[in-house]
Amino acid sequence: MAEPGRALPAPTPETQHFWDGTKAGELRLQRCDSCGKNYFPPRPFCPVCASRSVSVFKASGKAILWSYVIHHRPVPGFTPPYAIAVVQLAEGPRMMTNIVECPQTPEALQLDMELEVVFEAQNDKITLPFFRPAKG
Amino acid sequence: MRRNAVAVVGAAETTRLGVIPELSQLGLHADAALNAMADCGLSPKDIDGIATANETPVQLAHYLGITPTWVDGTSVGGCSFMLHVRHAAAAIEAGLAKTILITHGESGKSRVGNPPRSVPPSSLAGQFEQPFGPMGPPSMFTIPVMRYMKRYGVTEEQIAQVSVVQREWAAMHPRATFRNPITTDDVLNSRMIAWPFRLLMCCLVTDGGGALILTSADRAKDFKTKPVYILGTGESVEPPMVSQMEDFTSSRAFRVAGPTAFQQAGISTNDVDHLMIYDAFAHLPIYGLEDLGFLPRGEAAAFIAARNTAPGGKLPLNTNGGGLSYMHSGMYGMYALQESVRQMRGTSPAQIDGAKISVCHGVGGMFAASGTIIFSNEEPAAIW
Repeated sequence: MAEPGRALPAPTPETQHFWDGTKAGELRLQRCDSCGKNYFPPRPFCPVCASRSVSVFKASGKAILWSYVIHHRPVPGFTPPYAIAVVQLAEGPRMMTNIVECPQTPEALQLDMELEVVFEAQNDKITLPFFRPAKG
Repeated sequence: MRRNAVAVVGAAETTRLGVIPELSQLGLHADAALNAMADCGLSPKDIDGIATANETPVQLAHYLGITPTWVDGTSVGGCSFMLHVRHAAAAIEAGLAKTILITHGESGKSRVGNPPRSVPPSSLAGQFEQPFGPMGPPSMFTIPVMRYMKRYGVTEEQIAQVSVVQREWAAMHPRATFRNPITTDDVLNSRMIAWPFRLLMCCLVTDGGGALILTSADRAKDFKTKPVYILGTGESVEPPMVSQMEDFTSSRAFRVAGPTAFQQAGISTNDVDHLMIYDAFAHLPIYGLEDLGFLPRGEAAAFIAARNTAPGGKLPLNTNGGGLSYMHSGMYGMYALQESVRQMRGTSPAQIDGAKISVCHGVGGMFAASGTIIFSNEEPAAIW
């Protein structure tokens, strides 16, 4: 899936654990030790109660399809039409992603369908999390 | 609480709208500013406050020859000008400035003298959205809509009706970019951009600008123009990333900005004669009608499809044709404000007879910011 030209992230100190996780085959979220909130994207404090006491944990990788568009215009690294999706993780947070191993059609992409994370290395530093229809 | 009312006394768009390759972004700001000053008989030496977005107020003050005692460079996307109006009204009430100029100019189509737009790969959007292939607003602003459609059973045909109805309003405006009537089928058969959004559900891309001049209501009476009073204002922001919106079927920023303005104005939605809701895409009037409290959740699409917001309907909405048909340079908020002012002055080509209260609601980014301004052509002393 390593098409040339796809925009790739430049991790910052606050997000490095997430990108280390995808490279290691883990989807890492954060949880507030004070109020218990699971959250994303990464930051070193809780977005609900502002506690600096937070932990990184490995998410289940299970999600449902929350919403999407099927993009028909050319973008470097993509072959249109392709879906740009937001999934809701089993742990609560939502994230943008692409849906793989699935036709990029309204018929195949049904909201609330069950998904699971897969990881695809883009280069030796960056691995992106995608989602595919859950198996079994 | 409020000691002095504030009014718009000068309002104008650029001399032309559409494709204007002979002016840079800065030039479009200046053309609009000069037109607004001419509208109310002022010169740069009469202006002591300046607010703008995209360009800096520093740049505009120098370019126009203004020596301000107050500046505002709030830049939160296309509704920045609603926030400028709000901040300017507060500044005038507080005595920080007497006569404030707000300018917008954007070479959205010709791209002359525009700053480049890019998302840094180290930003949160650069890390957690851009790698998945969004390319500008048509592929991002539209992402929440599938969830809205499923929750409320709204159809693609109903969303297409927003574009159809607004084209009817645009037909009355000689300066509108697109004036020919369109049908639901025309919209649904137009080029697919980001399913379910077709080309005619997306805003135009044009060049243009606009400017407003505000002063105290007391001074407003000395101008030749009909004063347009500011009854209430509101503003807020939400996540800068559309994927992190709290609720994909409703904008929190709308739900904060709108009611704040209504409460300050001391009016309810039943008092509104004319409404502008920033429509970068066809779903925005639907979200806006619900989040501002005009309709219960899930009912706005059917309300529009039933022609309640069309010419002759009970709630005239986006009477210039909106960003879908009138013009859209990228930061459309200024043009919505201009149409509200025209309606309150009684000078719109699509004039609503007897309109006394106009609500103008803007959005910035992809549901990231919001500003609401409530105007009236009647001096608000009685309710304050």
